[in-house]
Amino acid sequence: MSIPDERHEGAAPALPPNLRRDQPLVPVDSIAGRALVAVIAILTFLAALSAGAAVLTARASEQWRGTIADEMTIQIRPDSRRDIEKDVSQALSLVRALDGVAAADAVPKAESDKLLEPWLGAGLQLVELPVPRLIVVKLRSGTLPDMAAFAAKLRIEVPSAILDDHRFWMTRLSAMANTIILAGTGVVLLVLAAAALAVAFATRGAMAGSRDSVEVLHLVGADDAFIAHEFQSRFLRLGLRGGATGGVAAIVVITILGWIASGWSGGPEGEQLRAMFGTFAIGWSGYLAIAGVAVVVAVIAGLVSRLTVRHYLRALS
Amino acid sequence: MVRFENVGLRYGMGPEVLKDINFSIAPRSFQYLTGPSGAGKTTLMRLVLMALKPTRGLVNLFGHDSSRLDGATVTELRRRMGVVFQDFRLLDHLTVYENVALPLRVLGKEEASYRAEVVELLRWVGLGERMHAVPPILSGGEKQRAAIARALIGRPELLLADEPTGNVDPALGRRLLRLFMELQALGTAVVIATHDLALMDLYDAPRLVLVDGHLHVDS
Repeated sequence: MSIPDERHEGAAPALPPNLRRDQPLVPVDSIAGRALVAVIAILTFLAALSAGAAVLTARASEQWRGTIADEMTIQIRPDSRRDIEKDVSQALSLVRALDGVAAADAVPKAESDKLLEPWLGAGLQLVELPVPRLIVVKLRSGTLPDMAAFAAKLRIEVPSAILDDHRFWMTRLSAMANTIILAGTGVVLLVLAAAALAVAFATRGAMAGSRDSVEVLHLVGADDAFIAHEFQSRFLRLGLRGGATGGVAAIVVITILGWIASGWSGGPEGEQLRAMFGTFAIGWSGYLAIAGVAVVVAVIAGLVSRLTVRHYLRALS
Repeated sequence: MVRFENVGLRYGMGPEVLKDINFSIAPRSFQYLTGPSGAGKTTLMRLVLMALKPTRGLVNLFGHDSSRLDGATVTELRRRMGVVFQDFRLLDHLTVYENVALPLRVLGKEEASYRAEVVELLRWVGLGERMHAVPPILSGGEKQRAAIARALIGRPELLLADEPTGNVDPALGRRLLRLFMELQALGTAVVIATHDLALMDLYDAPRLVLVDGHLHVDS
């Protein structure tokens, strides 16, 4: 009989094949663990949807601004005392003389009549009706002509013309988009905070449940950093699982919504949707945002559990 | 290596369970800690392990005053001790192998570097066939041997064993005692808490006797 004092390098004893090695030191409480994964998955799902909505809105608002900012409209109201065709050509020559204008075209009467079709029905004789005429002005991007001066000039030369540079709509749409983006970001932050709290509570529960194990670990020479690392790696794994589940669910839901939205594209709702959101797709930035949310949730789970454990261990000693 | 001077301990506002304890443990020494059950043997061991703080007096461990230790030093000193708990305190979700390897694992060692050593020790204490079992399915004696193996694996300078032969048959008890003696010969100071008179008669060593919270040395 002897105490194993020297290692027998050459003749390493054969180990039973079913020997489990390096199991997690913190008891893996599967029920609480699964519940936490579910909570994290749900929170990640909600946060990812909010992030997706924010990205969608940001992209749509960029599209609106891109198309609207380089365009303005001059509306010539019909006036029984004036010749509308003459007013149109006068306004056209005025606006074409303006610096920074790339193109200016009057919308043909047939087309402006067509714009009224959805409201008045097809096949109506519109010749009798006083329908306003439109001039669509395309601006060279980056240039900003003096709109106020031009509007004043236009009012004097062609009294029946109204200049609409879309700025009013742009500010309103931007404000709405920014509100949605801000709300989405706020929801993401709140959900992250909720996930952090859920993990903190779960860690406290796990610590209380494994108080004995923690004491044994201490007495066999484990330091606080080692124990905290054990908890952290376990909760990081739970966080990754929950985050991945929630993120994938959110991507699936968004893809299905996009698919449904593309199925509507024939009808007028589809056109309105497209006008609002462009194509219903969040693009790479959206998927990246969702993946980012999932990863951040997992990292938060790891960090919060580490901090909670360190705090708990300090209180214990 | 361990020195107690006028140490007293009370839990909360209760009466003192240990009173004016004075003793020291020399390196490479062997002693029994004995006394009727409830006399405070386990409490005394917990003081040495720094799991409890004395309410008065001085506990000096490896030259450090135990009341002025930071976390890192406590960990470092605990790594120089091995302990066998009366209730074993094995981690139920780990196998016997993992439990025994725990003191090496918490040092951050690679599993491959200690595997052979752990298996050899397990075979020696008679748990070679049970190393993949988890503690809840072990018998009392098997748990005891696993707990002893865990205390020995780190080759401690000081071994504290609380009733290490309480759950084994006399033959294995004698074998374990011989193991402790051999450990002492290799340079470990050994303290065995027991009230098994037959065991103490097998090998003559100084006895620290605890009665009613007072300790006297019976050599």
